[in-house]
Amino acid sequence: MKAAVVVFPGSNCDTDCFHALFDVMKMPVKFVWHKEGTLPDVDLVVLPGGFSYGDYLRTGAIARFSPVMEAVRQHAESGRAVIGICNGFQILLEAGFLPGAMLRNKTLSFICTHVWLRTENNATIFTGKLNPKELLRIPIAHGEGNYYCDDKTFKRLEDSNQIVFRYASESGETTDEFNPNGSRDNIAGIINAKGNVLGMMPHPERASESMLDSVDGRKIWESLVG
Amino acid sequence: MYKATVNVTLKKSVLDPQGKTVLHALETLGFQGVKDVRVGKYFELAIDEEKREKAEEQVRAMCDKLLINPVIEDYSFKLNEA
Repeated sequence: MKAAVVVFPGSNCDTDCFHALFDVMKMPVKFVWHKEGTLPDVDLVVLPGGFSYGDYLRTGAIARFSPVMEAVRQHAESGRAVIGICNGFQILLEAGFLPGAMLRNKTLSFICTHVWLRTENNATIFTGKLNPKELLRIPIAHGEGNYYCDDKTFKRLEDSNQIVFRYASESGETTDEFNPNGSRDNIAGIINAKGNVLGMMPHPERASESMLDSVDGRKIWESLVG
Repeated sequence: MYKATVNVTLKKSVLDPQGKTVLHALETLGFQGVKDVRVGKYFELAIDEEKREKAEEQVRAMCDKLLINPVIEDYSFKLNEA
């Protein structure tokens, strides 16, 4: 499996993603500057976290018009994998790859902490190595991760198993108490209907080595490698 | 030339955590009459068009394409000759 990590002005998790895939997973990885109109021949595109365009206007609102996004769209349409992490997820929402939108965290504060996630769908290309309901300990770091969608969209997401991760307690309860940002129904990650585009607020690349306190995020990369 | 002023608000169905916090702050300051606060955005656009209809069309296109996110936001605008 080969990967490309897209770099927008203001991305700041691009080298972390590169490191997790290249050094930890031993994958060939290329950086792709957002001005590029084409992608190298890769199986996986990573839209990394950060503050693309300073989060001006709305998170991800300007990055979605970067020239590379047309190539990312074609990559996704061909059925190959795209993962958007944190700001990458916000870009996927603004670009319409995934339904819904992000609001300010209910606390209005930037939250940087480890959270527990419950795997809601382990039958995706991103989660195949996870057990049903497997709990992952992965950090979040965002000010706008309060996932919103209307009732109709929410029903569609639920009915077609597109909710992949929910914020949970260490024992797997998905109550309000364990919802850090106010996301609808504790949603932390969703996938498109076709099953090849995943958006998630938590950072698996920051939880891929034991020296980083958790290796749970690595299972997402391992699932992709197959 | 026209000057467009665009007001953006969160949709009624969308909770506004910022508005809630401002409401609580106002209450703490003793403003007991205030029952709800919604925080929005405001844009001023200078539009170089001769015809009003063209300018309106431009503003709508800009709102729909970039300035607002229709999933969570509504907008209204006014157009004045500049």
